[in-house]
Amino acid sequence: MQLKQTKPNLKALLTTASCALLGGTVQAETDESWQFDTAIMQYAEVDRVMATEAIIAGQKTFSNDQVLNLKLTIDALTGASPNGATAQPTPQTFTRPSGNGQYVVDAGETPLDDTFKDTRVQLTGQWTQPLWQDYTVSAGGNFSKEYDYMSASINGNIAKDFNKKNTTLSMGMAYAYDVIEPEGGIPKPFAAMVIGDSDDPSFEGEFNSTRISSDDSKSTIDLLFGITQVINRQMIVQLNYSYSTVSGYLTDPFKVLSLVNENGEAQEYLYEHRPDERTKHAFFGQTKYHFDSGILDASYRFMTDDWKIDSHTIDVRYLIPFENGHYIEPHIRLYTQSAAEFYQPFLEQANSLPEYASADYRIGELDTYTVGIKYGMPMGNGNKLAFRLEYYHQTPKSNGTQAIGALKDVELYEQVDAIIAQVTYSF
Amino acid sequence: MPIIKGLQIVFMLSFVLLTGCSSLGVEPWERDLLAKKEMALTSAPVDAALDDHIYFSKEASSGGRSFGGGGCGCN
Repeated sequence: MQLKQTKPNLKALLTTASCALLGGTVQAETDESWQFDTAIMQYAEVDRVMATEAIIAGQKTFSNDQVLNLKLTIDALTGASPNGATAQPTPQTFTRPSGNGQYVVDAGETPLDDTFKDTRVQLTGQWTQPLWQDYTVSAGGNFSKEYDYMSASINGNIAKDFNKKNTTLSMGMAYAYDVIEPEGGIPKPFAAMVIGDSDDPSFEGEFNSTRISSDDSKSTIDLLFGITQVINRQMIVQLNYSYSTVSGYLTDPFKVLSLVNENGEAQEYLYEHRPDERTKHAFFGQTKYHFDSGILDASYRFMTDDWKIDSHTIDVRYLIPFENGHYIEPHIRLYTQSAAEFYQPFLEQANSLPEYASADYRIGELDTYTVGIKYGMPMGNGNKLAFRLEYYHQTPKSNGTQAIGALKDVELYEQVDAIIAQVTYSF
Repeated sequence: MPIIKGLQIVFMLSFVLLTGCSSLGVEPWERDLLAKKEMALTSAPVDAALDDHIYFSKEASSGGRSFGGGGCGCN
């Protein structure tokens, strides 16, 4: 009888690697309890940003229902992002955030800064285990680093089951600390962008006079309270309330506002300034319903904050299984938000400067929708392959500000189209 | 304080669900459908993480389902 030689597979290699990282020993019995989800996703906006994100997530279940989750995320971002200035009937010249060089935007075009290029590495770990009777506790941490940004966080959660595990109450807390160190430093709020020859000996001094420091930070505290209720054999419901307060540097150092004269012509570009505190409240409800023909996943979120942004999000997915184990899952997401009270598409010379202002359309009035579909199939040995394709559309809107002069003839609220494509493999 | 208001709502809902609705739910042997992986509230955590990152970067809201957390979202 011949012994069959089996090839070392990826799962075994990853298990070995994970055990080595954790200082454990590789044992035959534990090999099978690691489950891995891997995914690669591409997000591409028309003429703007493109991001590629890869994830490998491992889950190991120990005896006594202890669960360890580890996740590695790597993403790369390139492309152009709006700098906050308005389009103009004439070409416009801007200095790059680093101070090294300039870029020119054509007449009638929304100004985009095309220097964005960043790679981020993120590590996440979470430990979950039962504690006493009917209690589950969980603790975790997260660290992410990119060229000009660092974020670290820790979290803790506790949940208790009632009514034969039909009701679960949970609460959690998280603390995050972020440091931003943008190339070129942190600009002085409302300082005018210095535009000139960066090779000129006086340029560096002038540019540096618009900077206040090389880095800044923010800290975030999140609280989450939730209740999960099994309604019947087909239906489960979750309701969450979350509170989030962040303090520190919340301004986007790469964004400016156009300062225009009475004819709507840009005279200067002023660096934006946001408040250094923000408190958010979110109410989230979700239900899953198992129909004979498929599974409905519907959720709604209402968020309100002290920047006067209110938002509503509806997300609906319907998983339709086929007899051969394949499935499709159509998805629709609708989102609408009101503008932050300090959002302004531009500043006028005739008015005095406000305390805070930002022209970032992402905190302006905005509607978005996403439509997509996921297609999944079994691959044998319990492995699964899935493809996801989605279309994302953003419609920024006026917050009521009247366009003046030349601004009436340009597009102040340019719509954005993006495609999200993803492949997931679980083994 | 909105946080107090929010907590009141959660506690009231919890109370209602824990008392008035204690007849809701199933017996342990009726969990065949609920036990399916696809019936988990977050049945595709990787998709959810990727979506959270996109929408956190592109819109002014985050969190709700889980922690909003830190992060740059600069672009």
